[in-house]
Amino acid sequence: MNPLLMTNFEACTKCTICTEYCPVSEVRPAYPGPKQSGPDGERQRLKDAAFYNKALKYCSNCKRCEIACPSNVRIGDVIALARKRFAGPNLSPRDAILAHTDFMGTMATMVAPIVNYVTNIPLTRFFLDKIVGIPAWRIFPKYSWTTFRAWYFNNRPDQTQFAEQVTLFHGCFINFNNPSLGQDSIRLLNALGVGVRLLARERCCGVPLISSGFFGHAKDNALSNAKNIAQALTKTERVVCPSSTCSMTLRNEYPDILEVKNDSWRDRMDLLIRHVYRLMEKGRELNFQRQEIKVAYHTACHMEKLGWSAYSIKLLKLIPGLQLTILPSRCCGIAGTYGFKKENSEYSQKIGAPLFQSIRDSGCDLVVSECETCKMQIQMSTGVPCENPVTILARNLV
Amino acid sequence: MAENQPFLGPRDRIAETDVIIIGGGATGAGLARDCARRGFKCVLFERGDLATGATGRNHGLLHSGARYAVTDKISASECIQENQILRKIARHCVEESDGLFITLPEDDLDYQKNFLAACAEAGIPAQALDPEEAKRLEPAVNPSLIGAVRVPDGVVDPFRLTVANALDAVERGARCHTYHEVVGLIRRNDAIIGVKAFDKLTGDQYEVRAKVVVNAAGIWGGFIAEMAGVELKMFPTRGSLLIMGHRLTQMVINRCRKPADADILVPGDTVCLIGTTSIPIKFSDLDTTRVSHKEVDILIREGSLLCPSLAETRKIRCYAGSRPLIADESDLTGRAISRHIVLLDHEKRDGLKGLITISGGKLITYRLMAEMTANLIGEKLGSKATCDTAQTPLPGSREAPEKTLRKIAPLPLTQGAALISRHGDMAPGISAFDAGENSLACECELVSVGEIQHAVNSLAVHNLTDLRRRTRVGMGPCQGELCVGRATGLLAASGAFPPEEAASELASFLEERWKGIYPLAWGETLRESEFIMWLYQCVCGLKESDASQKTTPPDPLKAAPDLGAADKETQA
Repeated sequence: MNPLLMTNFEACTKCTICTEYCPVSEVRPAYPGPKQSGPDGERQRLKDAAFYNKALKYCSNCKRCEIACPSNVRIGDVIALARKRFAGPNLSPRDAILAHTDFMGTMATMVAPIVNYVTNIPLTRFFLDKIVGIPAWRIFPKYSWTTFRAWYFNNRPDQTQFAEQVTLFHGCFINFNNPSLGQDSIRLLNALGVGVRLLARERCCGVPLISSGFFGHAKDNALSNAKNIAQALTKTERVVCPSSTCSMTLRNEYPDILEVKNDSWRDRMDLLIRHVYRLMEKGRELNFQRQEIKVAYHTACHMEKLGWSAYSIKLLKLIPGLQLTILPSRCCGIAGTYGFKKENSEYSQKIGAPLFQSIRDSGCDLVVSECETCKMQIQMSTGVPCENPVTILARNLV
Repeated sequence: MAENQPFLGPRDRIAETDVIIIGGGATGAGLARDCARRGFKCVLFERGDLATGATGRNHGLLHSGARYAVTDKISASECIQENQILRKIARHCVEESDGLFITLPEDDLDYQKNFLAACAEAGIPAQALDPEEAKRLEPAVNPSLIGAVRVPDGVVDPFRLTVANALDAVERGARCHTYHEVVGLIRRNDAIIGVKAFDKLTGDQYEVRAKVVVNAAGIWGGFIAEMAGVELKMFPTRGSLLIMGHRLTQMVINRCRKPADADILVPGDTVCLIGTTSIPIKFSDLDTTRVSHKEVDILIREGSLLCPSLAETRKIRCYAGSRPLIADESDLTGRAISRHIVLLDHEKRDGLKGLITISGGKLITYRLMAEMTANLIGEKLGSKATCDTAQTPLPGSREAPEKTLRKIAPLPLTQGAALISRHGDMAPGISAFDAGENSLACECELVSVGEIQHAVNSLAVHNLTDLRRRTRVGMGPCQGELCVGRATGLLAASGAFPPEEAASELASFLEERWKGIYPLAWGETLRESEFIMWLYQCVCGLKESDASQKTTPPDPLKAAPDLGAADKETQA
């Protein structure tokens, strides 16, 4: 294990601010909370593995505890590593289905119309609810008829005309469910005079595998991605990603949780929106058309961890006519695959309730967030559409 | 006030008994148990709380005897024998961790050969390990080691052990009076026939007569002897230890060389300890246990040789104890220190009947010391009762923890495990409570409100420090940040002290904690201390002067010089 993390928990002064900020602790009494699960529990676990508390699986890995901590204790990591060391293999087929997003995506996109139809007929939902353990009311993301990668290799606009090139880490959601966000990313970067390449091979960043306890598979993915990213960086200056969660995983979880070194490329792996901001800072220009729209910005948990929401907010304000409300930074409750699991789903909605209320109160036409699962949750729970800032920016280009 | 004081067993004062034991360390409590089991009526007087002297101020190492194998064969075989017994009779106080004796490049590997041979001779199972195997077993151990031997060392909680012995004694009819100082011995002709006891909680003084008085006061035994007018040559030597915030290893780590300073690392409960130093001190310094910066430096420097990560690990506090070293009676110069158990029958030695002194020895040989003493008492009382303490489990160790686990009320897993590790088979009686009693008061050590109430009601807790020894409240890395505030309220509510004394109780506890933190106050340790100070002083309004306002009765030994000598009764 990371030697720093072995002792990082010692900095805890027991102030309990982390538990105060934990979205799960607020609604779920069975969860001991980050302080007890993290630094307090670590001392007990170092004494005896029997002190490993299975309730640690209720942690949604949102990392809000780490942001709250005044002592820089990486509480979320301490908890994730405890699960890695003590929880044992996850044998649930449902968790395997939910966690292996790229395998499921590859399978599903081949027969997307059938999958999209079948997963929404009541009988299937009944079966998924009672036998598999995915609540019937939860709306699944639709699978795309063709993957983003297939579109890129067959139908992309010519990227070689741009002198400057960047590599896009698109992530599973763009590839299998929302290729249009990938297309918007290319349009936005092209407008800044930057061509877009892809990794020779891209696998799921690993975050759903980490949250469901498939650490071995997550590490395999990380090793493969790290190799491909390092290779891509010999040809382009940067690798960028529109998703906050994938970016956080590649930058932080690889070394901290999966023990995959990324120090040779960590600084050159960036959130797409931050890269765009930096290019504009250097003098590149984007021209937006007027758009009378009320937009509410939601800071996703991992965006909060990255600490970069200011880049999105500043860029959104460049669109003339756009009225921006910044929502109180709260977890929406989905936490990736967490809210898809039946045992968590009730709590997931309770966690998100105050956020949903503030979205409704804002009277916005659209919610903006960098996270793909926040998008699913917000759309399902409030009926208000939710998009990545990249989409808003790209679609309002002159 | 005395009637409200919760106590271990009956607190009524009796005027006559068979045996009076002076000193509530492991030996005194063990002797009370042995006497009570043999059917002797006995009363134990302890001037403070149980296990406050050398008993509670050491490593808590369940010696296998290996440390003494080369230099002291008698101690080695006593240790391994008692080690095997304690694993059976006191399993809730013992962790069977095993130990490693590591050889570093600067040590002589030949010593390991002698060591292995000596262990074999003393009957200590010792197994030489490949250095790679040792590193696999203990990843934190110094990786440059060139040799390692595995021995059946273990860890023992001295507080739990002493309380368990006292509980068994009380169950069998013994009386166990803490906060009672013996301020004088009653002498008739050439015999000690009783003691004058001073109840520190009420300020009363009274007399109790006994057929035999046993001096088991450890290093303070010299004062008792002085009261009797006999000479006892003792050599107070301070040993200091340092506590780390969490465990670095699962096994005890020793250096495979001639015993020296700071060469034992013991994982105990959630923490680990490095020690000890050895510095001769004056009798007048006996009750001041401050650790010097120089000692801290030695402990960290030597400890890092056992486990390099120790240097960077957060230290919680340091403490010191005085070894009850006593002169070797067979040595004519009077300067040689006995490393063994010293049992003195003052009738034979000084012609003074009715007084026995038991001293020397080690924490782990407390039971043997008690057995030897009780045998002598038996001779004097003309009793043929035999000792059964080696076969009979102590309260708390009477059933397997797995069995106890099935009996306790549904608790969060970690809390149940912590409760059983502290109270053994007595846990079910503590766990049957509602959600309020179930809530945690001490979060570092997982101590619930119910456990604190139990300690106050049935384990003779009179203040926060006693509570700490019974439950580990305030022993975690925060040293009382949140738990002690909560515990103060609970103690006041249970009548351990009047509510108006709560602030001074709290302040003096924090002051006492700070004394142990001060020599290590840097980095995270200092940061946390500052936070605690801010919480209690700035948020809660606790004043520094509160600490000095604690009303403790004056120490009669110092205040009343006429009580220092043996009172001679007028001859009948």
